[in-house]
Amino acid sequence: MPLIKYIDHAGNEYEADVDVGKTVMDGAMDNMIDGILAECGGCCSCATCHVYVDESYLPVTGNAEGMEKEMLTAVNEPKDNSRLSCQIFVTEEMDGMTVRIPESQY
Amino acid sequence: MDISDKENSCLIVGGSHAGAQLAISLRQMGWQGRIKIISEEAYLPYQRPPLSKALLAGKQELENVYIRPETLYEKQNIEFALKTRVAKINRKAKTVETQTGEIISYDKLALCTGARVRKLEICGTDLAGIHYLRNFADVSRIKGELDSPKKIFIVGGGYIGLEAAASLKQLNHEVTVVEAAGRVLQRVTAPQVSNFFHAKHHQQGVSIVTNKQVAEFLGNNKVVEKVVCTDGTVFEADLVIVGIGVRPNEELAAQAGLKTNNGIWVDEFAQTDDPDIVAAGDNTNHPNKLLDTRLRLESVPNAMEQAKAAAASICGKPTEYASLPWFWSDQYTIKLQIAGLNTGYDQVVLRGDPADGNDSFVAWYLKGGKLLAADCINRPKEFMFAKQLLAKKIDVKPEQLTNENFELKQLV
Repeated sequence: MPLIKYIDHAGNEYEADVDVGKTVMDGAMDNMIDGILAECGGCCSCATCHVYVDESYLPVTGNAEGMEKEMLTAVNEPKDNSRLSCQIFVTEEMDGMTVRIPESQY
Repeated sequence: MDISDKENSCLIVGGSHAGAQLAISLRQMGWQGRIKIISEEAYLPYQRPPLSKALLAGKQELENVYIRPETLYEKQNIEFALKTRVAKINRKAKTVETQTGEIISYDKLALCTGARVRKLEICGTDLAGIHYLRNFADVSRIKGELDSPKKIFIVGGGYIGLEAAASLKQLNHEVTVVEAAGRVLQRVTAPQVSNFFHAKHHQQGVSIVTNKQVAEFLGNNKVVEKVVCTDGTVFEADLVIVGIGVRPNEELAAQAGLKTNNGIWVDEFAQTDDPDIVAAGDNTNHPNKLLDTRLRLESVPNAMEQAKAAAASICGKPTEYASLPWFWSDQYTIKLQIAGLNTGYDQVVLRGDPADGNDSFVAWYLKGGKLLAADCINRPKEFMFAKQLLAKKIDVKPEQLTNENFELKQLV
């Protein structure tokens, strides 16, 4: 099962084993990792699950597109590696990936 | 109260969005006492919005929409009493009594009882094939009757009715929606938005009839067959879904002598007038400083945010709850995101053209020149900026809102 690492705004690191096919948001929710609010439950409607993806994994996760990309233009501090974690479906290739949670979500 | 005291007990009534979030928040805030969620339903708390969308359309199953997995509740020592209804609260003894007579004591009590559907009180509602849509059990029953293409009749052109219509049309059923008011979504949106959704459903093959009220249901062998309207019109129907709104589950609180008035009366900290009882979710009537009014909301973000405030109150770290209300609805390929409440608007201006075929525009609601709310149709960026404009009470001019070339980003 792929291991995803979450780093909060203060630098604390949390790890979660996430089933392939679940999302990076699910991984945080299922393990009570704070900072990913997921108000809409993962349907790309609220942008409260914003994360910065470790750049070296961007070829695996891909960049935001469509609705997600639009939402991300209006979050606090958007960056090139910004993603909504409800739209990142975990694959084996993501094992070991780190995502950082922005301070605005705390 | 010493939250590290393992002898403390927090009882949560309602396995709802609010109930689940409250339990998790308590643990995150350091509550080490017992936590028990009592729920009438047979399932662990699940997301309710997908009921009329992905679950009804068969795109997701219940296990995909649990709010948290069973393993997390086990790990966090959060207990459940499912299929259990609380009949009574005894505030003096600090106990609740279940419908089977079991007495459970509490140190802190959280009422997360949500809302229940408003029932249609006409003849024939006891026939088989007539459904409401609020719980997973409702969806299960509906889906159990949809083995072949059916004639489906939906009472109520609100969000639930329209979402159900979209989901069922995509499964190739014949769908008719009847709305008593002059247009769909009349209570919640401007005519421009109503007309857009009406046209969209029409285009997808859903028949929408407005200004028509259902008088009775007629059946054969105790199964619904016909819907009779007050003007004499008759529709054939194999299955009926009624979506005419909800009512807050406030009776338990009222019977215990807590103040209720269109919801359980709480303050900005989700506290009722009993210091040991909090309430959160669709069942509360709460003040919102940002909007400068009291209100009751039917909304997941509200349930979750208020539950966090309730947990904070229980843990003796009160944090004021004053978030901007927001909502969403998914129908076909349309994502509607709503920021703010449009109550009392006197002006609507549009960004984009609802009729240009792009399914992409914003209806901005203003009152006395001040922005109240925005209905964003496939406009996620504008929705995000609308939330910020409203939360920060930023002055905007209608011409800025309507001008596609004006970057809203400049304002926030």
